[in-house]
Amino acid sequence: MWSNVLYIDLETGEHHTRDRSDLFDKYLGGTGVATQLLLEECPAGIDAFSPENPVIFSIGPLTTIFPCVSKVVSMFKSPMTGEMGESHAGGRLAMAMRFAGYDSIVIKGRAAKPSYLSIHDDEVKLKDATSIWNLSSVEVTGKILREVEPGKGRRSIMRIGKAGVNQVRYANVNVDTYRHFGRLGMGAVFGSKNLKAIVISGTEEVELPDMPAYKKMYSKLYGEVVDTEVMDKYHDLGTAANINVLNRLKGLPTKNLKQSHFENAESISGEYFADNLLLRKIACSNCPIGCIHIAMLKTQFQKGHEFEVSHISYDYELIYSLGTNLGITMGEDVLRLIDRCEQHGLDIMSTGGVLAWATEMYERDLITPPDTLGLSLRWGDTDNYLKMIDRIVEMPNKFYQAMAKGTAVAAAEYGGEDFAINLGRLEIAGYHTGPASIVGQIVGVRHSHLDNGGYSIDQKASSQQLSEEQMVDKLIYEDYWRMVNNSLVCCLFARGVYGEQNMVDALECVGIKKTRDELEAIGREIFLAKYKFKEREGFDIDKVSVPARFFETVSQLGMVKKDTVDNMLKLYRKKTGI
Amino acid sequence: MPAKIKVANPNRCINCYSCMLACSRTNANSVSLIDSAIDVRTSGGIESGIGIIVCRSCIDPPCARACPTGALTPRNGGGVVLDKDLCDSCKLCADACLPRAIHFDRADMPVICTHCGVCAKFCSHDVLELVKTEVM
Repeated sequence: MWSNVLYIDLETGEHHTRDRSDLFDKYLGGTGVATQLLLEECPAGIDAFSPENPVIFSIGPLTTIFPCVSKVVSMFKSPMTGEMGESHAGGRLAMAMRFAGYDSIVIKGRAAKPSYLSIHDDEVKLKDATSIWNLSSVEVTGKILREVEPGKGRRSIMRIGKAGVNQVRYANVNVDTYRHFGRLGMGAVFGSKNLKAIVISGTEEVELPDMPAYKKMYSKLYGEVVDTEVMDKYHDLGTAANINVLNRLKGLPTKNLKQSHFENAESISGEYFADNLLLRKIACSNCPIGCIHIAMLKTQFQKGHEFEVSHISYDYELIYSLGTNLGITMGEDVLRLIDRCEQHGLDIMSTGGVLAWATEMYERDLITPPDTLGLSLRWGDTDNYLKMIDRIVEMPNKFYQAMAKGTAVAAAEYGGEDFAINLGRLEIAGYHTGPASIVGQIVGVRHSHLDNGGYSIDQKASSQQLSEEQMVDKLIYEDYWRMVNNSLVCCLFARGVYGEQNMVDALECVGIKKTRDELEAIGREIFLAKYKFKEREGFDIDKVSVPARFFETVSQLGMVKKDTVDNMLKLYRKKTGI
Repeated sequence: MPAKIKVANPNRCINCYSCMLACSRTNANSVSLIDSAIDVRTSGGIESGIGIIVCRSCIDPPCARACPTGALTPRNGGGVVLDKDLCDSCKLCADACLPRAIHFDRADMPVICTHCGVCAKFCSHDVLELVKTEVM
C-alpha cells in the first residue's frame, strides 16, 4: 500500500524518491524490504567504513496504524561483525517516518564536512554540523537541534555521540534521548559518513480503504494490549524484573560469566530501581504500554545542598551488562555507568562485555598498568570503570584502540579468548539459560537474543523436558515468524498480541491479503535472503567459536555440553538449509 | 446532560499519542496527528515535561467572540461548534484561545474539539476524563 523510498547521497547532498512497490508487495516492509535494499545497495566485500556502505531505515505497512507497531528497522554492513548489521529502535521515529511519507530511507556516500540531515515532509536538506560534531553529550546535541529545527512535539531526532564520531565499533545511534539503534555499530558508520544527526518530521494524513473495519480492529488490538496480561510485565517493573528472576534460576551472567548468579542482585534489581530510583515511565509513539523506565539520579557534587540531577533510562540488559557483569552492587552506581555510556553514544551491552573481559585479564595479569595507562581494574570499582569508558572513546593507546573494536578483536590481540564472552563477534545478551540461548545467538541473523528468543526456549525446556530437536524446531519457528513481525514492524514486546491470526487480520485492514501460510513463507524467504547477505560477507556458522567459559559455568539448565550446542547447530543447518 | 473533556491527571501522561490517533481516526477518518483536536506535545524533548493542549470548554468562548463570520458558536456545556461553510480560515479564533487549543488541518480548516470523549476512552493512564457538565 505504501512503498515510497527516499534515496539520499551525502556526497552531493542530492536526493530523490522512488516507488518500490516491487519490494513492498513481496516483502511487506521493515526488515523484509531493508534486506533487499541492503543486497542491492551494499557492494560485496566492502569495508564497513567505506562511503559505499548504505544506511537503511524501514517502517512497515502497519506502522502507526495499529498500537505497538512502533519500531524502525535499520540495516547496514556492521563494523563489529563484518557482516549483516541490523538494529531496531522505537521512540518517535516510526511515526515521524510515516507522517513524512517515507517507508524506507537509503543513505549513501560520505559528506565532505560534518553534517546533519533535516527531513520535514518533502524538504530534505544536508546541513552543516561542524559546531556540534565534537560535543561530549548526546543529550545536549538533541537540545541544540531542537532549537533550530521545526516539527516540535512530533519530530524524531537521531544523533551520535563521541563514540560514533571516533568510530568505536559498537557506537550506537541515539533516538529521541531514550531509545537507540544499538549493538552492531551503526553509530560508527554514521561517524564514517560525517553524519552527526537526522531530524525527521511530517504532517501527512493517512487514509485507509475500509475505515469501519479498521476502527474495529484497532479497538480489538488496543484492548488486547491494554486490558489483558500479555504486556503487563513490561509496564510494571519493566524488563528489569528479570534481574531477580534470572538470578534465582542461575541464568544471570555475572562477572564475565564466571558466575550465573550475583550475590548482590537485590540492590540492583528491578524492584530496587522501581522503589528507589524510578521517576516516571514513557512510551514510544503509538504504544499505550509505556515500558521506558526513567530513573532519577541525584548526586551531591559539593558540600552543602548542591546536587546535580540526571534522568536515565534503564532496562534489564543495561543492569546486567554494567551491573552484574562488572560486580556493581548499587543501583545508583549502575546508573552512573549507564549515563556515561549514553552521553558518549556507546552500545551498553558491548561496553559492559569489553570491560568485564578486561577486568578478568587484569586479574590474571594478562594485561598490566602500562596497557590500561595506570588504571587498576577491580570488580565493583565504578570510578575506574567510568574512567575506562572515557578512554575507550578517546583511544589514547593500542590497548584502548583494541577495546574500541570489541571483545573478540581485543582478545585475538591480547589473549583470554576462552573467556572473551562473545558469539559471532558480538558481546552476549544477559542470559546464560542453556543451549538454546547460545545456539540462538549464534544463528540469529543479528546475533541478538531477540532474533529467536533462545533464552525463553531454554526456560520452556526446563519445564517441559524438550529434546535438542524440539528446541531447534522452536528456534526456527521464531526465526521465521519474527521476520514477519519485524517486517510490519511491531515491537517484539507486543509479539503476544501480534500472533499469526491478528497479523493476517490487521494486514487485511490496510488492503494486504495474505494467508497464514503465505506469511510464514515470506518470513522464511526473508530469513534466507539475510543469510545470502551474511554468507556473501563471509559469515559461516561452523567458524563461530564458542568460548570455553560457556561450558564451565552452570546455567539454568545445568552445565551446557559442547556436544549439545554442536548437535543443535548441525540440526539447525539441516532443517533451515543454510 | 452535555459532557466535556477534562485533563484530570496530566502528570500521568506517557506521551504515547493514543488519544490523538483516536481523535483523528474517529472525527476525521484519518490516521494522523494534525487532524486531532487534542494535542499532546513535549517542549524540549521527551526528557522534559509533557503538555496536553485541548479545548477548555469555556462557557463564554473567546474563540467564538473573535470569529467574524459566525462559523464558531458557543456549545451547550462549553466550548464551540464549527460550521465549516461559514469559516474563511482567518485564524482569529486561534489567536483568541490562550491555551492555543485551535490549530488548522491540511485544508486550512480549524480542528475543533467536539468533546466526544474518544480520546479519554483510548487513554490507558487516566490522564483524560469525560465529565458531565452542570450547564444545560
